[in-house]
Order: sequence, then C-alpha cells, then structure tokens
Amino acid sequence: MTPGLRTRGAAPFPSTYAPAPGHRFKVGERVAVKRRFPPGHRRTPHYIRGKTGVIERICGAFPNPEELAYGFDGEPKKVLYRVRFAQTSVWPAYRGPARDLIEMEIFEHWLEPA
Amino acid sequence: MSDHPHDYYAKKKHGHDHDHEEHAPIEERDEGPPSEFEIMSRAMQELLEEKGAVTAEQVRRRMELFEEELPYRGSRVVAHAWTDPEFKKRLLDDGKAACTEFGIDLEADRLIAVENTPEVHNVIVCTLCSCYPRALLGMPPTWYKSTNYRSRVVFEPRAVLKEFGTVLPDRVTVRVHDSNADMRYVVIPMRPKGTEGWSEERLAAILTRDTLVGVTVPRVDAAT
Repeated sequence: MTPGLRTRGAAPFPSTYAPAPGHRFKVGERVAVKRRFPPGHRRTPHYIRGKTGVIERICGAFPNPEELAYGFDGEPKKVLYRVRFAQTSVWPAYRGPARDLIEMEIFEHWLEPA
Repeated sequence: MSDHPHDYYAKKKHGHDHDHEEHAPIEERDEGPPSEFEIMSRAMQELLEEKGAVTAEQVRRRMELFEEELPYRGSRVVAHAWTDPEFKKRLLDDGKAACTEFGIDLEADRLIAVENTPEVHNVIVCTLCSCYPRALLGMPPTWYKSTNYRSRVVFEPRAVLKEFGTVLPDRVTVRVHDSNADMRYVVIPMRPKGTEGWSEERLAAILTRDTLVGVTVPRVDAAT
C-alpha cells in the first residue's frame, strides 16, 4: 500500500465498488477460483487460484475485506462461500490418499462456474 | 503494558519501517524496536483514555480475560456437546448461536464447528495470517502462527500431524480447513473410550487446545 493512501484513524468512507449480484452459486455446485493476481489485500490464497471445487456452504454476506483493508467501509457486502477441494486437484504432488480434502472461504467475485 | 512509558520506549529503538504492503511475517516480537502497530495501538489507547472512552483498567481486564478465561471456553463447550447430543447438533448447525445458548458471547466471531468421526479427521489453519477462534481458545499458540505450520499443513497435513504425534490411516479422510476469511473454526473431537460417566469438567480436561485445533486427539491418559 502506498503510505499516503492510509486513512490513519479517519472514518471509513463509502466504497466505490459496484453492487454485487445476489447469491450466484448453490451448495454442491462446481466452481473455479479465478486465476488472477491483482495487487492489493486479497483473502483468496494464491495456492487456490485456478483450482476447481464444490460449494460446501454459503456463509452469508460480509463486508468486502479488499475494501476494508484500505479504510473503505466494505460495502456493498460480498457473498462468502466455503468451497471444498480435493487435495490431489490442488497439489499435483500431493502424497496423501485421493479422499483428502481442503476447504476454505472464497468470496463470490473470485468464483466462476466450472 | 508498562507503568513507565518512557522506559518502554527507551528500551526499544525507534525507526522501524513496517509497511503493510509487504506483509511482514506474522510473528510475536518482544525485543528490538516497536513495530508501527505497537506504537499505533499505544497511541490509540492513550487517546481513548484521554477522551474518556476507555480506561486502562478496562484494557487490563480484557487482557486478563484473554489469559484467564477465554482459553478454557472451547473445552467446556465441546465437553457439553459430548454429553448432550442435541446440543452437539445445534453447535454443528450454528456454532455462534449454540455458544450464546451456553452463555458464551463470541462477539464478532462467526463459528463453524467440524466433527471428527471414524471416517474424517479435521484440522484447522489460517494460511494468510493467524485467524483463530480467540473468543473460544484465547490467543493462538506460536506454532499456529509459524510459517512452517501455515505453509505445510495445507499440502502435507499427514506429515505435519505425524509431527504432533497424530498418525492417521489412509482410510480416514483428512479435511483441512483454511480459516482464511470471516469464519472461525473449532474441531469436535471423537470422545475416547473409557470416558463413560465422566463429568463435563473431567471431559473438558482432556479437550486440550490442540485437540480443538485438530493437531491431536483427546487421550484418556491425559487426564490427571
């Protein structure tokens, strides 16, 4: 972050992001995590970008952490999902059995249908 | 917290450059110059005290709570779930609501409880920083915040679990939860044989922190 852009205790001001669409994915639906590497504060770990999994549950809508990190108010909220991945599909060199799983929370704007 | 702010600052040389963009490793530091966040936090507390928003006593009490009470909450909740199947169901359905019912206020934390079974073993990590169910388990242990644990448990969980003394057969699914955003997690371990008729208090004693993170499992011989 450019130090000059830090808000240092100032009240958050409204986000300039366009509103998110409603719940786009259903539990059990196959989704792919976007393989993109924009700069900034992202809660989508690099290792999961580009991987395909299944929606495990819908956690609800939460303030957008990509905005909160820079002093915005995180509005509009973004839909947060838990996505389940087969370990062998995440790590080509995974040494455990094919049944092993890894799950994590991914915001809707990081997901696309698979 | 020092009673002598001047001594505090004298002990620590200034001039540390700690920019958020580069995201320095998450680690505890108790020597060297104070980080930007230490200074910010101290300045914030002094301002809030000056304005009458908080007192030093409230802050101290909060810190005390973190060490004296919060670390024991998770064990009590899960011990209750072990003895009350209906409560366990509610805990699995909505962790936060079940904790509220049990008299524990998780404040901002949203909780997902995950249950170990003969077929599935759960383990929790936060690869991005050190997200942890603090309102249930207190402060995270140093190993939980280490780069070693955070980077390895997601791709070789069985090897990491083995280092904690937990060896799982291949027929058991290892389910890793990366606590990377807004939810917090707690593992409901399997209740071991030999604990029939135990009180919740006695059960809570074997539900150690590490069993609730999932790096180990409760053992009857851990009770004293």
